[in-house]
Order: sequence, then C-alpha cells, then structure tokens
Amino acid sequence: MEIPPSIRVENLSRNYGTVAAIRNVSFEVKRGEIVGFLGPNGAGKSTTMRILSGLLPAHSGSARVAGLSVSEHPHELKKRIGYMLENNPLPNDMRVAEYLRFRAELKQVPARKVRQAVQDALEICDLARTARRKIIGTLSKGFRQRVGIADALLGKPEVILMDEPTIGLDPHQIQGIRKLIDSIRGRMTVILSSHILPEIERCCDRVIIINRGRVVASGTSADLRNEFLPESRMDITMQGDPKDLLAAIKRAGLSAEITASEELEGGIGKHCLQFEEATLAQSPELLKILSNENSFSLVSLAPRQPDMEEIFLAATKRSWEEPVEKSRLPAKAQPPSA
Amino acid sequence: MRNFTTLFQHELRMLLISPATYLAAFFFYVVMGLLYWSILRDMIATAQDELPAVYFFKLFWLPTFFVVPLLTMRSVAGQRSDGTLDALFTTATSYSSIILSKFAGAYLFYLLLWVGTLCFPAITLLFFPHVAPLEALLERAAVTGSLLFIALSGFLFIAIGIFSSCLTRSQLVAGMLTFTALFAAIVGGSQIEGLTQYSADMNSWLQPLAGYLQVFQHLDDFSRGIIDTRPFFYYISTGSLVLGLATLVIEAKS
Repeated sequence: MEIPPSIRVENLSRNYGTVAAIRNVSFEVKRGEIVGFLGPNGAGKSTTMRILSGLLPAHSGSARVAGLSVSEHPHELKKRIGYMLENNPLPNDMRVAEYLRFRAELKQVPARKVRQAVQDALEICDLARTARRKIIGTLSKGFRQRVGIADALLGKPEVILMDEPTIGLDPHQIQGIRKLIDSIRGRMTVILSSHILPEIERCCDRVIIINRGRVVASGTSADLRNEFLPESRMDITMQGDPKDLLAAIKRAGLSAEITASEELEGGIGKHCLQFEEATLAQSPELLKILSNENSFSLVSLAPRQPDMEEIFLAATKRSWEEPVEKSRLPAKAQPPSA
Repeated sequence: MRNFTTLFQHELRMLLISPATYLAAFFFYVVMGLLYWSILRDMIATAQDELPAVYFFKLFWLPTFFVVPLLTMRSVAGQRSDGTLDALFTTATSYSSIILSKFAGAYLFYLLLWVGTLCFPAITLLFFPHVAPLEALLERAAVTGSLLFIALSGFLFIAIGIFSSCLTRSQLVAGMLTFTALFAAIVGGSQIEGLTQYSADMNSWLQPLAGYLQVFQHLDDFSRGIIDTRPFFYYISTGSLVLGLATLVIEAKS
C-alpha cells in the first residue's frame, strides 16, 4: 500500500492586494523527507510556509499537511506541526526551560508529558546542560536558533517547518544546526528554507526552488544539475598559453570554451573549461591527451560539479526569462488543458 | 477559548517580571498616598461634608490616566513588535483567548492596586489614631460602593487599553491612544452634558445619553450606596464590545 505524502500542495495561490505572492504552487513531500525550500527574497517561500502552517489562508488551491486539510482543520493542524518562524521571535525575559514549558502547554501536550517533552527537546538541541536555566535575552544567536528549533520539535510533531533557521549564524553554528537537523532525519518530515545554499545541499534529500511565486525546479541536487547545468565542466591548472590548451582539446575531437580563468604564481593559470559534449567518463582519456602535449605543462585536471548556488542561479534566471503565465508545474499537478 | 488558562497564567507571570508593572504600582501608591494624606490634612483643618474615602475615590481618574496605559500598552503592541504574537498564532490558540488573557491579567492587577489602597486608612489608624475614628476612615458602604465602581469602570478602561494596544506596534503610541480614549470616556460625558444647555431640541435626546455617560455621577451614586443597573450595563457592555473589537483587530492584522 502506498504511504500518503506528509505534505501535498496543489495549485496553491495567494495574493496580497493586486500582487500575487504565490501562483499555482504544487509539490509533495514524502514522510520523513527533509526538503530545502529555496528562492530569492520575495519569491513566496514564507507565504507558502505560513499557508502550510495554517497561519494564512490561501485564495485558491489546496494543501494537506500531516493528513489534514490546512483550510478545514487549521487548529488541529497546528497541534501536529512545529513551525519555526522567520527571525525566530522569542521573549527575552523568560528562561529557556520556562519558555519551552509554556510553549508545550500551548501546543496542548498532555500535562503529564510536558516535562518529558521539554527535556527531550532540550537534549536534541543540546540545550539541556548548557542553557536550560539561562534567560533567553542573554543567549547568543546560535543558542537562540536552537531554542527556536527546540520549540518546533516540542511534542514530536509529524511535520516541521523552519523558515531560515541558519540566518545570521557563523559557520560553526551552521554546522551545529545541520547536525541537529541530521539527527531528526527520517523521524519527522522537515521543510526548511534557507539562503545558505551549501547547507541546503548537505542537509536536504530534495530541493524545491521557488521564484516569482512559482515552483521553478524540484528534485535532488543531481536531478537539478542534469536539468539546469547539463554541460560538463573541468578545472584545469596548467603552465602555458590557454590557446594551446583549446587547440589540443580540439585536436582530440572535443569542443570546449574557457568560462573563467585565474592567474596563479610562476606563470601557472587555473581555467574552468566547459565542454559541450564530453562527459565525466572521458576524463581519463582527456588527461592522457593533455599530459602528452608539449606546448604547455599540465599541473592538474579535475571535474567540476556545479554547486547548489549555480543551480539556483540557473533555475531562477530561467524563470525570470520566462513569461509569468508559463508556469512550470510538476506533470502531476499541471491543470488540464482546455 | 483555547489555551486561556495557560495564557492567563503566563500574563500574570509576565506582569510580575515586567518593570512597567512596578513603575505603575510605585507611581500609583506614591500619588494616591500623597492625595490621601492631603485629604486627611484638609479634614483635620476644616470640617468636610463627605468622608475621606469618598473624596479619595473621587480622584480615581488621576491614577487611571497613567496606570491603565502603563499596564496595557505592552500587552499586544509589544508582542507584535517583537514578533512573539506571531509565535502564539503558530499554536492552536484562539484570538479571543489571547485578548481575554491579556485583559484578565491587567484587570486583576488594576483591582489589586486599588484594593491595596485600603492600607492607607489602616496605616493612618495604626500610626495616627487621633486623626479620625475607624468608622470615618473605613465607612463600609462608601468603601464598598467606591470599590465596586472602580471594578466596574476598570472593566471598560482596561478594555480600552487592550484595544489601543492592538491598533499599533508601538508601545508609546498605544499608551498615548489609551490616554486619549480614557480622557474622552471620563471627561467626554460631562462635556456632552454641557452641549445640552445650548439647544432645547438637542436637550430632549442628548440629555438621557449624557446622563448615561456621567462617570463622576456613577461614582457619586455608588459611594452613597445607590447601586443602579445602568452603569453596570454601560461598563460591561461597552467593555465587552471594545474587547470584541480588539479580537477582530488582531485577527485582521495576523
């Protein structure tokens, strides 16, 4: 029997006045999946998350979260999800454990389980020994984010929505939050939005890219690489004239262009080559040909995988170039043509 | 009324740790203590028609103008400005619970402040027993009636404060709005009555309305032991209406 998805969104739209914040947004998230929600500022990420959490009504379309319709059962839904708001608002004058106890009571965790629920959340977020009794206003940004995540985890909800959980954190703190998200992998369904793209790539099983209120891409990093940046690229470090390099590649029967160059010391240059046809499998052959060339000296050759940032830029750029009406919906959610 | 009890307990806790609460209590007791001392001094110097308790409670408007804004301005405006109000909406909490818990917390504290003024006659009796007898300082009917008026009018005044706090993100603006609205509610009635003197036509329909809104007249009646149901209806219904509007405002702004 097929397990129903944790989140199913179909043709969701919402306007603010005359401005469409999201248009026909459709996607699904499987149970236990961690999905990254990417998009430039104003793309509609927070609006989508607020609709999914029952905070904001949609103007059209439907959304089911944890098996419940968002529009029909907003209060029941709020008991089954944990939502960490953008900017993570916390009361500065409460102690961490006191605040989490208050939140657990608001989330209607049964009275006999409140203590344990708070303890579990504190332990998962590594706050139990370090910050349990501290006043929230005195905590560092990293610890405040942990408190926000602990709040979202209270009562072990089926679905967790986190809006920019890593914003404003230093690399150590980001790593900490990543480990924390890793620790709940498979146990809960998580949607997190972030601008820190490498983190999304490392944390998430799948990525949904949203731009101008539309879903412009959805899939694993490998799927998105193949869709938006199918060309093979290699980083080559060599001593000599780059023109000789391009000539040697041409003689090998391949076509390439240099997309970026960087001068290193001692006449050595680093170049990024973009091949039209070559695949990663041809790298050993290419290495053999280039290392036998006399006109230049090869120092290193390495295939270059496009990172999430490049994919994100390519996906959003393509959506900017498309007319607004041409929405790229997933095949399943595409409205029937007239 | 989902989560009302949890929110109410939280409100009381927050009032207890908020500096604004202690500031309000400090100014309230200093101002009211000085006024009480002044009333007693006048009473010793010259014979007075009314009891000190009646004179004292007639000055209710003075602390109301600063205590009510101080108690209520943070309630919704402060939470909206720091985003914690949004965090409340992520739980299955009803809008009415939020408003009523904030109202109940502030109202309870307001009542406690006034009940605390009963210490003034007690202190007088303890340290200056020659000033006046117990029956004069704590005349049961006058004190009970006046406190009943304070409780009734406070229902409306605190509701006005909560409503003003819902209208803005700025605590300062909320405080100013509360002050202005309280001024209109307390002084407005007597001003409307003044209008009736100018026109006989207006007098016929404005007079009953103006009589209904006479806050000072209500206090006079209550302190003399005249318990009229009209002020009950006025304060409770208007206060409830204002709280209902406050609920609609936060719902619309969420």
